[in-house]
Amino acid sequence: MPISFTVNGAKRTVDVDPETPLLWVLRDDLKLTGTKFGCGAALCGACNVHLDGEAVRSCQIQLQDAAGRDVTTIEGVTGNVAKAVQDAWIKLDVVQCGYCQTGQVMAAIGLLTQIAKPSDDDIDKAMDGNLCRCNTYHRIRLAIHEAAKTLPG
Amino acid sequence: MKRPTRWNVLITTAAVVMIGLVLGGSFGGWGDRQSAIVPFASPAEAASGSPELFAPVAEVLRHPRCMNCHPRGDRPRQTDQRHLHLQNVVRGIDGMGFVNARCNACHRDENNSFTGVPGAPNWHLAPLSMGWEGLDDAALCTTLKDEKANGGKSIAALVEHMEKDALVLWGWAPGGDLKPVSTPHPEFMTKLKAWAGAGAPCPQSK
Repeated sequence: MPISFTVNGAKRTVDVDPETPLLWVLRDDLKLTGTKFGCGAALCGACNVHLDGEAVRSCQIQLQDAAGRDVTTIEGVTGNVAKAVQDAWIKLDVVQCGYCQTGQVMAAIGLLTQIAKPSDDDIDKAMDGNLCRCNTYHRIRLAIHEAAKTLPG
Repeated sequence: MKRPTRWNVLITTAAVVMIGLVLGGSFGGWGDRQSAIVPFASPAEAASGSPELFAPVAEVLRHPRCMNCHPRGDRPRQTDQRHLHLQNVVRGIDGMGFVNARCNACHRDENNSFTGVPGAPNWHLAPLSMGWEGLDDAALCTTLKDEKANGGKSIAALVEHMEKDALVLWGWAPGGDLKPVSTPHPEFMTKLKAWAGAGAPCPQSK
């Protein structure tokens, strides 16, 4: 049965098994490959997308969970928080290999959207589920604080 | 017939007692004897308001399916081994996780047969006031009944909660490799109602 939902502001309809992970649909059916497959078990955060504005693991969200809802991927993030994060990431040259960074950026936007001036403890709690094998955690933390400086709140 | 001597009577009595002990399996210590008594919540026991009526309820509440999300700290536990929840998940201000690590970021309305991640409606941690880990039967019973701790639930509301709440019922159908609560739900409800009907008596702390 076809399932419709909004992806980055555009209505999309796909006709696949409703239990298919959203990650699969985004990458294989909609060709939005910015969202990465890391572990497939919700352990690494590489597949973070926003579902109705909140970060979720797209490897664990079934397509049927997204029916009629708004999905935002790394390709579609917009707004002052996304711009602040993007600028801070570039300014501090956060990325090394980059594989995890989609999830890191989506998580950082999710955090700063809800807590404009996060403490280190807030960052620990909100970013703990995002792994980085290049160990860029230090620069990610600095970049979140840097982005927060440019945001009202 | 030869009349039994006092010595014969003594030996016979001792033998009967020993056979009874062996058949009763009572060599396992005080704890085993307690658990052997507990499952038989007869109407007579219910009528007497026996504090032992709570023991089979406590046994269910201590099952990993229940206890994992009734921590006395900020971190839930996982699996039958009850290790701390991976991803360093914490309860957050509403018991549904912190930013980016909300319970429903992974736990949806039903078990995920594709990934094995469990799910049920309204997945969340119990409030800190309903943390059960490490409580003996007396403290567990008292906490369960405390309306200031349990969200204002009367005994009747507690029974209804454990009879109908979808997240509670998930404990009997957890999917994947997770073991369901060992006492079947209808049997648990019979014992819970026996306890509630007897006035919800709590055992004394040992």
